[in-house]
Amino acid sequence: MGVEGAWPVMERYRILPHTADGKFQAFGRTLDEAFGNAALALASLMWDWTAVEPKARHFVHVTGNDREQLLVKFLGEIIYLFETRQFLLGKVDGLRIRPQFEGFSLEAVLGGDTLSPGHELYGDVKAVTYHELKIEACDGFTVQVVVDM
Amino acid sequence: MDLQKIDDNTWEIPAEGEMKVPARIYASARLLEDIRRDQTLVQARNVACLPGIERRSFVMPDAHQGYGFPIGGVAAFDLDEGIISPGGVGYDINCGVRLLRTDYTEDDVAPKSKELLAEIFREVPAGVGKGGVTKLSRAVLKDILVKGAEWAVENGYGRKEDLERTEERGRMKDASAEDVSERALERGIPQLGTLGAGNHFLEIQKVLEICDEAAARAFGLEAPGQVLVMVHCGSRGLGHQVATDFIETMEDAFGIAGLPDRELVHAPFKSAEGQRYYRAMCAAVNYAFANRQMIAHWIRDVFARVLGTSQGMDQIYDVCHNVAKVEEHDAGGRSKRLVVHRKGATRSFGPGRPDVPGVYRAVGQPVIIPGSMGTASFLLAGTKEAEALSFGSTAHGAGRVMSRHEALRRFRGEKIRDDLARRGIELKTTSLKGVAEEASEAYKDVDEVVRVSNEVGLGRVVAKLVPMGVMKG
Repeated sequence: MGVEGAWPVMERYRILPHTADGKFQAFGRTLDEAFGNAALALASLMWDWTAVEPKARHFVHVTGNDREQLLVKFLGEIIYLFETRQFLLGKVDGLRIRPQFEGFSLEAVLGGDTLSPGHELYGDVKAVTYHELKIEACDGFTVQVVVDM
Repeated sequence: MDLQKIDDNTWEIPAEGEMKVPARIYASARLLEDIRRDQTLVQARNVACLPGIERRSFVMPDAHQGYGFPIGGVAAFDLDEGIISPGGVGYDINCGVRLLRTDYTEDDVAPKSKELLAEIFREVPAGVGKGGVTKLSRAVLKDILVKGAEWAVENGYGRKEDLERTEERGRMKDASAEDVSERALERGIPQLGTLGAGNHFLEIQKVLEICDEAAARAFGLEAPGQVLVMVHCGSRGLGHQVATDFIETMEDAFGIAGLPDRELVHAPFKSAEGQRYYRAMCAAVNYAFANRQMIAHWIRDVFARVLGTSQGMDQIYDVCHNVAKVEEHDAGGRSKRLVVHRKGATRSFGPGRPDVPGVYRAVGQPVIIPGSMGTASFLLAGTKEAEALSFGSTAHGAGRVMSRHEALRRFRGEKIRDDLARRGIELKTTSLKGVAEEASEAYKDVDEVVRVSNEVGLGRVVAKLVPMGVMKG
């Protein structure tokens, strides 16, 4: 996900205020990059992903009827891997979104570590919602997500 | 939006456009001010447009914006023409509250409250990512999904009498484990018997004031100073996954065209998808009942160890506040079976109703309304009027008014802990940041919510309870 070459370092995501839950916008020059940054934004609501060493890897593959469903299902993978494998995401590699028959597919390699006493957890994301979910193409891509906490 | 005042605590949005029925809001002018600040009323209006809705789309006094349906929303649908919607139940299926009484007084408990809380904190796993103490097999988990709290009692967690004092006797009979996805099972296995995090908590409380002597006696309350224990938690990752799965299933089956909000996705109640969701939801409800049953058992164990006995620690009641159920109600002058969605709302059945346990049938069911961290909670009794006013429903708590983000900016967990300590309230937590997020200033005034509930007749106040010790995940 590194920003290379002459590109200025771009803001990955921004956490926004929301009454009951967690809301963020993630940015990218491409849709792939914006989705990857959304995964890191989600992780940031639960742990400090910048402090997670990518010692383990999980390959994920999801499909969606549209880009919104694809995003909800992709982010759902982060919660699932955390709750069932105690996997803390620290890095997203090789994320690729492809159109496929009547929808989209996404593949990515998630790098991270298994939860241990040294990691601090500070938020519990229950689910990814469609509430105020937006995917916009304007000077790159912006995705907006609200999660239930 | 055209909001008509019916009386001081009742407001209505008349049916217009796509709305099939009016939307009705039970709130004081003060609470309405909060409610109007977010999307609650728009969401209540959207619900009024859903197929087969009966009478009205109702909004409880503690309502705030949710996903699809508002939190504090109640809506009932015809079984043949109507729908069922995961957004009408919420992600935390059978998030609910259990209340235990004790024979102890605050004088018995105060000198030991630190020790009690520390021991409960050790026994009841809590916090983000914290697994349970029992390693379950898939077969046992499936058994739990079918049997709910009954499974827990059969396996030594608690007493048979607890079941009689639990909504649905702790078991929704229509549950099917076969409709729960592999992924939901996987999320459920490590989390059984855990409190979780967020707004979930466990409190040692004392009775501050009794407002209705007869009902209080029936519920097992004797006098101010009596100690109680309250547990607030739900179906954990299993329930969240059931909701997520069926939002996708219903989207795939029925599409999202014409929905004002994607979280309002629904299926005809009698469709294959509607029935599968209903059975999976019932299974998640049962998981949450078993969860609270196990936690209650560990609390009794700790009391017995620290204070000598857990005798007299009877369960007052256990209520769901995120659920859809098939119930008999008046619909336009005749009695009819409806699928009632309560999302952030508590059932409030009055005297005489067969679903109310025999011991409470003369006074109405106990309705447990938790406050925010460190503030008062209330015990109410269900009313006959509520059946006419809101399909037998009332509020479920305080309801947030401030984002977690804003709360973190304004409050410090350490300061909240010290302030509580100065008021004689112990706090144990896995996360001081989480404590700041749950600061009581981030919530509505629960006293006002309960006052309105009482005035309108949605639930009659029986007792006011205040915390002595708080445990937060």
